[in-house]
Amino acid sequence: MRYKIIFVLTFIVLGFFTFNSAQAQGFEKFLRNSQISGNFQFDGMYYNKDSLIGAPDVPQKVLMNAFANINYTNGPFSAGFRFENYLYALQGYDARYKGIGIPYRFVSFEKDKFTITVGNSYDQFGSGLVYRTWQDPALGFDNSLDGLNVKVNPWKGITIKGIWGKQRYYFDWGPGVVRGADAEFSINDIFTKLNDKALRVSIGGSFVSKYQEADDPVYKLPKNVAAYGGRASVSYKNFLFNGEYAHKINDPSTINNRIYKPGNATLLQFTYAKKGMGFYLAAIRTDNMSFKSDRNAEGNDLNINYIPSLAKQTTYSLPAIYTYGTQPNGEFGLQAQGIYTFKKKSKLGGKYGTTLALTYSRYNAIHKAPIDENTPIDSTGTLGYKSDFFKIGKNAYYENFNFEFSKKFSKTFKLIVDYFYIQYNSTVIEGHEMPNIHSHTAVVDMTFSINDKHAIRTELQHMYTKQGEGSWAFGLVEYTIAPKWFFSVSDMYNYGNSIAEKRLHYYNVATAFAVGSTRIALSYGRQRAGILCVGGVCRYVPAANGLMLSITSSF
Amino acid sequence: MKTTVNFALIFLLSVTMAFAQEQQPANPLGLKKIPATDLKTLDGKTFNTAAIANEGKPVIISFWATWCKPCINELTTIADVYQDWQEETGVKLIAISIDDSKTSANVSPLVNGKNWDYEVYLDINSDFKRAMNVNLIPHTFVINGNNEIVWQHTSFSQGSELELINIVRKIAKGETLDAH
Repeated sequence: MRYKIIFVLTFIVLGFFTFNSAQAQGFEKFLRNSQISGNFQFDGMYYNKDSLIGAPDVPQKVLMNAFANINYTNGPFSAGFRFENYLYALQGYDARYKGIGIPYRFVSFEKDKFTITVGNSYDQFGSGLVYRTWQDPALGFDNSLDGLNVKVNPWKGITIKGIWGKQRYYFDWGPGVVRGADAEFSINDIFTKLNDKALRVSIGGSFVSKYQEADDPVYKLPKNVAAYGGRASVSYKNFLFNGEYAHKINDPSTINNRIYKPGNATLLQFTYAKKGMGFYLAAIRTDNMSFKSDRNAEGNDLNINYIPSLAKQTTYSLPAIYTYGTQPNGEFGLQAQGIYTFKKKSKLGGKYGTTLALTYSRYNAIHKAPIDENTPIDSTGTLGYKSDFFKIGKNAYYENFNFEFSKKFSKTFKLIVDYFYIQYNSTVIEGHEMPNIHSHTAVVDMTFSINDKHAIRTELQHMYTKQGEGSWAFGLVEYTIAPKWFFSVSDMYNYGNSIAEKRLHYYNVATAFAVGSTRIALSYGRQRAGILCVGGVCRYVPAANGLMLSITSSF
Repeated sequence: MKTTVNFALIFLLSVTMAFAQEQQPANPLGLKKIPATDLKTLDGKTFNTAAIANEGKPVIISFWATWCKPCINELTTIADVYQDWQEETGVKLIAISIDDSKTSANVSPLVNGKNWDYEVYLDINSDFKRAMNVNLIPHTFVINGNNEIVWQHTSFSQGSELELINIVRKIAKGETLDAH
């Protein structure tokens, strides 16, 4: 199968070259329109054994992840592939990423309002509650759909999409077939009369179905599982509202402990924004909405849909220790954020303005009640549980309050101050029994410009908590020579650990050189074991000690 | 596995052959035009990158996200001098947010709250990011009046904005740059 696809793709590509070369003039024009671009990334690490922090002995000593994308475009035609290399994959990446291969390749062309892509594609319907394929190399996440992706704009303001294929599963495909369609109508674009109205409305709907063989000796499993959803977006002047609802029929799977309850998800977002201020309010409720093209898949494997996380994401090292990870079997979350800038030259704004931001986010369990007196919640082979949509579960998963002050005081000094309160349910989020974490973190981030090119940035962070590993202190000094050089030294110190031997320093020394689109970074130090999350998807990063080299480039 | 490697080789070979027959300087290894991809505006309209234009004057395209500190640092730094840059060179900055549906609704409040005057678009599933071969953000491009990429840089440190405006000045005057 794979053989066939590759041959067809190769012939199409070759066909374009040979066909055009037959006509000298046409060929010249063809070449003029031809464009090749791509990128490359390499991450390699030499590992030291470090039993203090729990870094294991790595038998290969050095591990690496690398990939290169090559894209070719010629007017309406494009083709590309990604070469991936794991010999062997870095610690913390799934061991099934092993070897060398081309797990991503596509050919695409646009004609008569159609865009047709064969091979791998990334796409999403609405906000992704029923379908989203995407990739993030930092997470080792890729659920691209290999098959067909057709998009058509039959009329201004109307977009219809169709997809049909199998999902990438490391260097193979998942067992299920995914088929789906989506339609979006931008009302103001469809009716000329409404083009310039302040009130803008768009609506959309999607349907996705997966098929997987089933021959379970005990349970009658659905071979076809459908999910569908509807959405609306309304904007008026400075206001914007987005709402989306999705439903999935019964889909017993490893993730939901093989219960037959249908699933659903609701996402509501509201924003108000005008110069100098912005306000955002969002809520999400998901109930048994994990949707995978293999009912036996675990973790992040073979996700068909995407459940966005509304928990505040931070890049500061200490508060990032406790980052929320989406709970696929059900959660109720909300986030509110306000941001305000005091104008330049005002009393509180000073010469350059002052920005304040407040964020609050919270996640709870959804309400769950037994289906009858004799059946415990989540019993395999049953309807699992009953859930009242408007009741919130008592179990708190996560809470985050963040206040940020940022101000440029002068041409040479900038200051950012942050405070975070985080409550974190490690039993639910990390899956091992532990008391809930309550933590307070302060961050002071200062940038001093020495002259036009040289600058020093320092970060001081302190996290106070009695639970988990206890309190931490963090310090970082960064020296940059713009635009090319970067040097930094940092230390993360777990001084508050209740076990004296675990009061460890996680030091790191790093340097980077960037020229054009190429960046080379070298760092040496210790990496704490923990969970790395991007966009609600997380992976476990084991403790490591060693020398890391990263090279990234694009052309 | 073997077939995939074969495929890559055939692909590369065919591309190389195409170049080998080239008589005069053509585009493949020269300046690249920005690819045409659909993005969303902050109020939900569709915008195709083929429509990026600034009356023949340079354009800065900056890839960023609400969760990326150095990106926000770069855009905040430029915001302080943006008006001067515009008056001097006519440059326009287009900020492409790669926030996905988790944080994309947060982009407009942030952009407004920070008082940025940029043209901002949402690249919710990273289609434009892929087409522009961006690995890490911040990643900044300078586009000339013909929508060709003349310069790019990844990462930001305090003072990098001075190199950026120097490049923009040269492009605004119609000078060419050393190849990057």
